[in-house]
Order: sequence, then C-alpha cells, then structure tokens
Amino acid sequence: MSEAFISINDVYKRFSPRLSMADRIVSKLGARVETRPVRAVDGVTLMVERGQTLGLVGESGCGKSTLGRMIAGILEPTGGQVRIDGKPVMQGGRKADTRIQTIFQDPFASLDPRMRVGDIIAEGPLAHGLADKAGERAYVAAYLERAGLDPSFADRFPHQFSGGQRQRIAIARALAMQPDVLVCDEPVASLDVSIQAQIVNLFLKLRREMSITLIFISHDLSVVRHVSDHVAIMYLGRIVESGPTEKIYTDPKHPYTKGLLESVPKLLVEDDALVHFKPIMGEIPSPLAPPAGCHFNPRCPIAVELCRSEDPRLRLIGPGHCAACHLAE
Amino acid sequence: MTTKAVSPWRNLWIRFCEDRIALGALIVVAIILVLALFAPLIAPQDPYDLSGLSLRDARRPPGFVGSGAYVHWLGTDAQGRDLWSAILYGLRVSIQIGIFAGAVGLIIGTTVGILAAYHRGIAETVLMRIIDLQLSFPPILLALVLVAVLGQGKAQLIAALVAAQYAYFARTAFGAASAERSKDYIEAAMATPLSNMRIVFRHILPNAMPALIVVATVQVAYAIALESTLSFLGLGLPVTEPSLGMLISNGVKYMMSGRYWISVYPGIALIVLIVAINLVGDHVRDILNPRLNR
Ligand SMILES: Nc1ncnc2c1ncn2[C@@H]1O[C@H](COP(=O)(O)OP(=O)(O)O)[C@@H](O)[C@H]1O
Ligand SMILES: [Mg+2]
Repeated sequence: MSEAFISINDVYKRFSPRLSMADRIVSKLGARVETRPVRAVDGVTLMVERGQTLGLVGESGCGKSTLGRMIAGILEPTGGQVRIDGKPVMQGGRKADTRIQTIFQDPFASLDPRMRVGDIIAEGPLAHGLADKAGERAYVAAYLERAGLDPSFADRFPHQFSGGQRQRIAIARALAMQPDVLVCDEPVASLDVSIQAQIVNLFLKLRREMSITLIFISHDLSVVRHVSDHVAIMYLGRIVESGPTEKIYTDPKHPYTKGLLESVPKLLVEDDALVHFKPIMGEIPSPLAPPAGCHFNPRCPIAVELCRSEDPRLRLIGPGHCAACHLAE
Repeated sequence: MTTKAVSPWRNLWIRFCEDRIALGALIVVAIILVLALFAPLIAPQDPYDLSGLSLRDARRPPGFVGSGAYVHWLGTDAQGRDLWSAILYGLRVSIQIGIFAGAVGLIIGTTVGILAAYHRGIAETVLMRIIDLQLSFPPILLALVLVAVLGQGKAQLIAALVAAQYAYFARTAFGAASAERSKDYIEAAMATPLSNMRIVFRHILPNAMPALIVVATVQVAYAIALESTLSFLGLGLPVTEPSLGMLISNGVKYMMSGRYWISVYPGIALIVLIVAINLVGDHVRDILNPRLNR
C-alpha cells in the first residue's frame, strides 16, 4: 500500500510540568506537587489524501491544537512522526519545509502589530526565495486579492482592521508561501457569526481553485460538516471515530460522536422553538489521569465491563469508517 | 477603521503628547541636553582651565561681577569658578556617563534577557538565576565595590555602572521577550519557518522595544544619580573634570557659613534633570500599560 499524502503515524505529545527546584524538593518530601505529564495527544494515526479536507472535531482541551501544531511542524512530537509526501515535516527539532502553513484562531494575536500588512505577507516568500524585492508589491497584491482584500491594504498596520479582515490577512500570508497543506486551527471561532460564513466560503473557494489539502480544526460541528470530506472525532487525546463526513453525521457509531451530535441545539421549524437537547453526561476527565480502558467509559451510556478494563483500538467498521468502541458494529 | 496608516510608533508619540506634564518634562530634558551639548559655546568660562581662575573671585555670591568683567549669575565656587559654567560642564559629564552606561547596559542586558527568553530551557534557568541573584544586591553597593577595585577614571566608572545596572535591563528584556515569545505571531513566524535571527530581530526586539525604552530612560537617570553619589563620596571622576556630584560635594562645607549657592545650584540642576527624565519614562510606561490601553 502506498503512503497517504499526509500520514500521521502513532503521534504522541506529553507536556511535563516545569518544576522549580523548590517544587522538586517538596515533592520528594511528599507534598502534593503535580509531577505527572499532560497526555495531550495519545497515539493518533490519521491519513489525508491530496486535495481533501479533514475536519478535526472535539471538545476544548481534547488536544486538537496540539495535534494541529505537530502536523504543522511547530511542535515536536514526543513520539511518532508526521510525514507529507513521504518526508517528515520536522527534522532535528526544526520545521523542515514550507509546504505546510498554519492559520491561527485569534487574528488579533497572529499578526505582528509593528509590521505593515505588506511586510507581514512578503516576509516569508522573500526569506525563502518565492518572491524578490523587485516583484514584492505585485506578489503581495496578488495574494491580498486572492484572500478577498484590497491591494492598497499592504501599507496599513494590523490594528486598522477588523477581525474578519485580519483573518484574511493571515490567510494571505499563509497562501503566499504557496503551501500544499493548510492547518486551520479554529479559524472562525473568534469571529462574529456573520463573518464566519464569509471566511468559511473563502476556504471553500481556495480549496476549489488551488487544490489545497486542508486540516480544519473546530469544535463547531456544523462548520466542519460544511467544509470537510472526512471527519475525525477526538476525545482526550485520541481519535474515537473517523470517516466520510456524511457517514459520520448520519450514521455515527461511537457513543461519544452520537452524544456530540445530539448535544447540538437544533431549531425545529414546526414549533419554531429551541428543542431540548441532550448534553453529554458528566465532566471531561483530566488528561493528567485518563480513565482506564476506554477514555470515554465514565460518561458512556452503554458502557459494559470490558470498556472499563480494555482500551478499544480504532477499527474499520465500514468503508473508510473507523471507530474505537468495543460495541460498535 | 481609519484610512491613513498610522504606525504604532507614531501612535505612541501622539499619545505621549496628550499629557502636558510629560511633554513639559520632555522639553526640559531636551533643553538640558542642548545646554550640555553646547556648553563650550554657552558657558562664559572654561571651568577646566585652571589658569583662567582667580582666587580673588572665589566664593562670590550670585550676581557678582568678577575679574572676567561678566556677571556670575549663580555665584562662584571655592576655586573662583563661575558656577553657571561649572554646572553646564558638570551636566555634560553626568549626562555623557549616564547615557553611555545606560546604552552599554541596555545592549548587554537585552542580549542576555532575549537569549534566555527565546531559548528557554537551561539557558533561561542559569541566566535568570544569576540575574536574580544580582538584583538582590543594592546597585550602589556593587558600584562602590567595583570602583574601589577598578580605580578611578571614566571607563572604570562606566564599567562599574554597567555592572550594577545591566541586570535591570536583562530582567525587563526577559519579561517583555517572554511575553512576546508566547504570542501567536511568533508561532506563525516559526511555522513559516523564519530563521531564529529574523524572529528575534524583526519580531521580538521591535515589540519588546517600548518596554526597554522605559527602563532605559529610568536607568539613565539612575546612572546619573549613582555617578553623582560616587563623585560626592570622592570615588567618581578625577577632580579636573567636576561632575554635578563633585560640585555639590565641594560646596557642602560652605553651607553653614551661608554660601549656599556652591552646593544648591548644582543640586537643583541634578534634581531637575533626574525628575524630568523619570517623568518622561513614567509616562511612556503608563501609555504602554496594557490595562490602561484600549
Ligand atoms: N504548552 C503546553 N504545556 C502544557 N500543557 C499544554 C500545553 N499545550 C496544551 N496543553 C494541554 O494539553 C491539552 C490539550 O490542549 P489543546 O491541544 O490546546 O486542546 P484543544 O485545542 O483541543 O482545546 C490541554 O489539557 C492543555 O492544557
Ligand atoms: Mg485549541
């Protein structure tokens, strides 16, 4: 079998607490200092084909951003490897290539406040020889337009723009690196609802026109359904279910996916009222000490004895459809 | 959204000018700088030229017309120097040393602080431990010890001041750079990827700069005060180039006999300079304070 375009291979990330000398001494003396590592990503394997969009969904704190940062080559995995087209994205603790770029959640934090928009966009391409000083202005203008912005914005500073416009600037910056892959970490979560749709449409347009492979991280199920070809559901650092978007939304197999879909408030047209929705029972356990067996078992309505002792592997239960549940079929 | 591109630096300047007191202080600082810079042109007398001094003019009160046939507006000192001239030259020496020590301290401290913040890990732990240890000593004590060990002279004095002060720059640079380091735009630069050099010089340094300017102004004022203290104690510069501290020190013994001006006027000059610089620094800090921002 040939390798997928993006191959995420049994990737782990543990964050060890940074202990001061004093903490270390008192913890040796028996004081309660947290020394356990956070298991932010706990063995994730995923494949994405060229030109496809993978939606990555899960509650906040489940490790989506950490996984996204490892895919983008910003963070080195504790274990496992991410490869694009057969080549690892990180080599020796540094990002190895420019073909994968990132869009961040908060466009008020992701743009250097002291640089002009034109310099922000041109910096990477100039440093990597994708543009030269002579063609800089035209290059910047082309990518501003591609992101739906006026080329004259190049001379302004980020603080002069709204959230939606800033996110477009961030998109132009990423596109200017001529990437094959974009990792978008909750790219619309911090925007006004009216702006969200515009940015989502921009992503759809880019994917159509530039055949970019997208990893789209979000906790918003409806946005993910709109943009993704495939969806992966994450819970406490692991993928619990993955498959083609329509399959996941219409025929979910994992109790967590079912719970997530049922917990979305739906507007019923007949009564014109918000119908009661069912939140998933209980709290998310701490990633410092995930429960034994299936991570979801304490909140699972159908858990049996096996779920409390044995960790379910992600297994194929339909065409391209995987779930990590002992009871799924 | 405004249509004109207002750079963050220009923005800072506009907001600075909104405060009358701070603007006044900045003007005072500017005037003192001009006076100090052009002291040889403005001063009626060269106070370093001992042959031009006459003991007949010594310790004369303000307004006295001496052998030079001009008015000593601020009186004369024990050697018969015109005090106004001596103050202008003294300001020159004090400011020179303050700025030089401040600049060298800024460069060394910023390098240490940013290195520690950017590389984290072991560099951070070791460098910041040293800095914290040093910050627990009073700078005047450190400077006194160093001057005693190194001996007198401009270079030695500046070295002592830098050693006593660079830790403050390092602390500030570390704090500011750590704050910037954890922001998304640095992560975006790493994701591009850009080189470490570029990230430090094009992104972290410019964003840490306003905070550094604040400490720099305050530390220049502090260096001037430190130098004056050392000179007052007789550990500063050689007597041939009197700084403000030495002028004050020379006049102290005449205070009781009513010849107040020999100490008081250099003292006023020193206080005005230090207070004005601090007012400017404080106001810049207020503008940059994120809680007051936006
Ligand atoms: N740099 C870090 N140091 C320590 N813990 C971290 C760090 N980044 C993330 N975590 C922890 O890892 C877990 C997953 O975080 P994250 O990937 O941000 O989740 P999500 O994006 O799904 O909300 C959380 O428990 C978070 O506290
Ligand atoms: Mg996140």
